[in-house]
Amino acid sequence: MALLRRSEMVIAGILLLAMVLIGTINPAFWQLDNLFSLMRSNVIIGIMAMGVLLVLISGGIDVSFPAFAVAAMYLTVKGMLLIGYNGVVLPLLAATAIGLLCGAVNGFFVYKFRMIPLIVTLGTSAMVRGFLLGVVGTSMININKMPTALIDFARTDVVSVTKADGSTYGLTAMVLIYVGLALAMHLMLRYTMIGRSAYALGGDPEAARRAGFDLRKTIFFIYCVAGALAGFAGLLHSGMIWLANPRDFVGFELDVIAAVVLGGASIFGGRGTVLGTMLGVFMLVMVKNSLIIMKVDTTWQLVAVGLIVIIATALSAWRDRRQPA
Amino acid sequence: MKAQTTAPTLTVRSLINRDNNIVQLLVMTVLIFAVMTALSPDKFLRYYNFESITYIFPELGLLSIAMMIAMLTGGIDLSVVGVANLSGILAGVLFHKMAGAAGIADTGILVVLLGAVVALGTGLVAGTVNGLLITRLGITPILATLGTGQVFTGLAIVLTGGPAIVGFPTAWAFLGNGKIAGLATPFVLFAAIAALIAFILTRTAFGINLMLIGTNPKAALFAGLKRERMVLHSYMLTGVLASVAGIILSGRTNAAKSDYGNSYLLQAVLIAVLGGTNPAGGKGSVLGITIAVVALMLLSSGFQILRFSNHLIDFIWGGFLLLVIVINAYKNRTR
Repeated sequence: MALLRRSEMVIAGILLLAMVLIGTINPAFWQLDNLFSLMRSNVIIGIMAMGVLLVLISGGIDVSFPAFAVAAMYLTVKGMLLIGYNGVVLPLLAATAIGLLCGAVNGFFVYKFRMIPLIVTLGTSAMVRGFLLGVVGTSMININKMPTALIDFARTDVVSVTKADGSTYGLTAMVLIYVGLALAMHLMLRYTMIGRSAYALGGDPEAARRAGFDLRKTIFFIYCVAGALAGFAGLLHSGMIWLANPRDFVGFELDVIAAVVLGGASIFGGRGTVLGTMLGVFMLVMVKNSLIIMKVDTTWQLVAVGLIVIIATALSAWRDRRQPA
Repeated sequence: MKAQTTAPTLTVRSLINRDNNIVQLLVMTVLIFAVMTALSPDKFLRYYNFESITYIFPELGLLSIAMMIAMLTGGIDLSVVGVANLSGILAGVLFHKMAGAAGIADTGILVVLLGAVVALGTGLVAGTVNGLLITRLGITPILATLGTGQVFTGLAIVLTGGPAIVGFPTAWAFLGNGKIAGLATPFVLFAAIAALIAFILTRTAFGINLMLIGTNPKAALFAGLKRERMVLHSYMLTGVLASVAGIILSGRTNAAKSDYGNSYLLQAVLIAVLGGTNPAGGKGSVLGITIAVVALMLLSSGFQILRFSNHLIDFIWGGFLLLVIVINAYKNRTR
């Protein structure tokens, strides 16, 4: 346990160092509205990262959650428009359920056919995206058609500050949802049997089976939760950006996986914490945002994220080889 | 002692198994052919349709063979499409820099050769980077190649700024569009490369070692195989194959772009698995891949004739992949 805490300390230290560095290059970084917008950018990627963390802990990988998120979002918003419903709780539940169902398909294939999760999730991802764009539709739902309740909900601020020139900015309340979900995930991973079984599965599937864990239940649970979180985050995202775009979240899987690995989760399974993941998410979002603040051409973003993945996984591999868990 | 007695029977059995797989693939191909012919005989059966398939399938076929080689050692290469695009773009940038007053189309053969060296070199370097990350640093192949794939695509965007590089020398375009003895150049290239890879995998020490490493890494280690070097070489080969696909793609379309062939990644994985490759390692053949890619190309051209949208075809690919997983699972169970 002390070891895990230490690797989180390292991440936090690097994060602070990076913040000081970026702040020195461009002092605008420390302005409250920049920090608020940074935290806002954490929400969606962070919620999805919780699901990916769970999958990585269990020794699997998931590249289908962005597709599930976009499907849950687009189907829900389309459905709301169709029946003229304007609300928040039910649509969020519906989006979560859609994500959960898609996740259950992943779980089914991974468990039943013992197939490598990457290949399964590549397949489900293509199916869901293809279905959405080929059958449901390709047109965006813009602000003029978006359900107002969703937008108003996502607009809620916890703190709001008025600038000297009269404009206001605030910290979105969605951060609370993110923190709440993260806390729930933390408690689940640490104190419940199902949470411990995810670690056991990632550490050694055969040992976990002999120790009496029900691997079917565990695998289904893991992929369902990952899908459900993605679905929830998808709809929340559309409320926050006032737009439902069926082509959204393309390439998002890499950002999220990068963030989780950056947060100290082992690429071999069996290790990873919620706190580390939150730090990893913050670091990734900050680096991406700061590239813009530091006037680095945005074309370099992909290279930056790719390098982060490589460096973070290399460190993770190096750490886990030196100190086998 | 035991190993000695089981070894020959094992090869005989795997030969039969492989042939079984090939027979099944052939049956599937014929079935697809028959169904598509029945659905739209006048359009599907035209010579032009088959000729265009021989131009289009080689790039996907090469990417699938590359994927299969990575899978032989239980790995995967998610950076193949990135490598292919980066190779085409680097060659394109070179041509645009070296183009004389006569314009790009008339670039001399020496420059074209230099471009090919650059493109193949890109693949070799990219594959080496992948291989070193996987063998030296011990990163899992999925995450290593996911990361490098992003870096390669990112570099492609940085080089082009986003839009496509249009305009390649005529000699380059010949590689993607031309004809050799009445056959499409890409097809001839593919046949030659596929034969070479098949030879390497089944007749050389390197290929056989790769299979052994994939079948049983521990046994291969005790047998004294240089695992790290073999895996490194296999990813180098994968990178070079991807860059050949990039050359053909840029020659055929006369353009190179950072996001060409995005859907090729899924299709390459699908074809590799469909072609009898075991993603856990140790099993795979060039012949299986070739039949699988032809079958899928027939299917896709049939769907296009039936006016299915590309999104719907993506949906079908995904479904096909899951179906193949199910079928393989049942096949392995009965054995």
